[in-house]
Amino acid sequence: MTTAPAQAGWRFRQPSVIPGFGLTLGFSLAYLTLIILIPLSGLVWRSAALGWTDFWAIAMDRRTLNALEISFGAALIAAAVNVVFGTLVAWVLVRYRFPGRRIVDAMVDLPFALPTAVAGISLTTLYAPNGWIGHLLAPLGVKVAYTPLGIVVALVFIGLPFVVRTVQPIMEELDKEVEEAAATLGASRFQIITRVLFPGLAPAIITGFSLAFARGVGEYGSVIFIAGNLPFKSEIAPLLIVIRLEEYNYPAATAIAAIMLALSFLMLLVVNLAQTWSRKRYG
Amino acid sequence: MADPEIKSYEPHHESLSAAVTESRQVKAVLMAIAFAFLAVFLLLPLIVVFHEALAKGIGAYTEALSNPDTRSAIRLTLLVAVISVPLNVIFGISAAWAIAKFEFKGKAFLTTLIDLPFSVSPVISGLVYVLLFGAQGLLGEWLKAHGIQILFAVPGIVLATVFVTFPFVARELIPLMQEQGNGDEEAALSLGANGWQTFWHVTLPNVKWGLLYGVLLCNARAMGEFGAVSVVSGHIRGLTNTMPLHVEILYNEYNAVGAFAVASLLASLALVTLVLKTLLEMRYGAEIAATRGH
Repeated sequence: MTTAPAQAGWRFRQPSVIPGFGLTLGFSLAYLTLIILIPLSGLVWRSAALGWTDFWAIAMDRRTLNALEISFGAALIAAAVNVVFGTLVAWVLVRYRFPGRRIVDAMVDLPFALPTAVAGISLTTLYAPNGWIGHLLAPLGVKVAYTPLGIVVALVFIGLPFVVRTVQPIMEELDKEVEEAAATLGASRFQIITRVLFPGLAPAIITGFSLAFARGVGEYGSVIFIAGNLPFKSEIAPLLIVIRLEEYNYPAATAIAAIMLALSFLMLLVVNLAQTWSRKRYG
Repeated sequence: MADPEIKSYEPHHESLSAAVTESRQVKAVLMAIAFAFLAVFLLLPLIVVFHEALAKGIGAYTEALSNPDTRSAIRLTLLVAVISVPLNVIFGISAAWAIAKFEFKGKAFLTTLIDLPFSVSPVISGLVYVLLFGAQGLLGEWLKAHGIQILFAVPGIVLATVFVTFPFVARELIPLMQEQGNGDEEAALSLGANGWQTFWHVTLPNVKWGLLYGVLLCNARAMGEFGAVSVVSGHIRGLTNTMPLHVEILYNEYNAVGAFAVASLLASLALVTLVLKTLLEMRYGAEIAATRGH
């Protein structure tokens, strides 16, 4: 019997002269566990304790299904809108020079900095039938505030910087020489954009889309003011969680939250796969 | 020496630049669309806040802000930020030290876990504490028996705020400290500095602008958080209402001036945050982490 070769050793960590590993890692893990992991696993534990039949009954409740559909549907549309306009905004900021570019660039982060409740009431005021934008749309028969369309508008506001800030740095790194090479080979501007530039940007656009989408699905503050919150029509899933909590219906709140988390993680997984695929496809 | 051969390339060059940039007209159209979109979705909402706050004059505005419930909401928001931001700063520095200065198993997984709160709905971030500390919660009975109030009180609001702002500082510091490497620290240690001196005199000055950047974003979110805090606060006027929650109450009472007056303070905070953030990026861009966005 041969003895196992003297293992160079499975090491938890590489040796280093720098002190403080135990202290900082220990503190970080303890803090992470207390603030994030224990509370989140409490949610998982509580929804597992519900039992499959109860869980399924809550999940298949028509109001739950509608709320999930509205949250995910509106977030999907808003993320798609943001992919188009966010990429355009990034393009204008990266490629064109105009006075006040820095201010416009800084403004893009406004949705990160502006509290969601403030965004909610100001968007509602803008898009209400007597608001600055609402009164222009009213004669056209378009209602935004207190309809599902209002949810999309709020989520477009919330999601915009995610797309711009993910696509912008990649756009800055695009090599102009590649475009020039394509041009010398006779490609038109349209061909260069679709065949040369877009493949390079695709992974960033997918990431931006997924970040905007994930944020939109969970968004609460800005949406509840503008949505009108009609059950089955414009009631988002996070609001339904709050309603169930206020009814002291903890099982329902827990189950909806667990479904939302599971769907979000599933989506992250799909996005990761899409990323890998697009990297392989476009190298 | 003018060479006719080279001159003949000129027309070709022009068509080349036409394929590398858009024509003037296309440029103008693209810029117009982008600006119109930004004006409608970013600028107008911001202007409306101040317009509505001052709709009934400066007197009504200052009166709305001197309301005692508004005052206590402002105090509570400041208190919550003063507690939760430093907690996340300590965590952020500690996590960044462990992750950036050392190689160990499971590092990538730990980094993913730190980002977890970003992918959780704010409402769920509040809910998990209700499930833990609420009357029907896991620790509810025990807390009640010992007379400890967490939910519908300041501790609950702080916890929910810490949860949602958890990743901000760590996310700024980790890539920055990884980029800077261990050279400076190793030099200080070899010259006889102890660990604490090394951190205080070498590492901290190296990352101070990145740290400030993280604190800025963390603070903006801490003061503006709505969903998570709304779930745990109980909305007791004058006691557990933060500024964003107070905005909601006033707005639902059709007190537009009051709601927008408080909102204007929060919007000003957002503007100050954006200005400071832009200044930091302009002056110390290289000393802030290479990764931008969230």
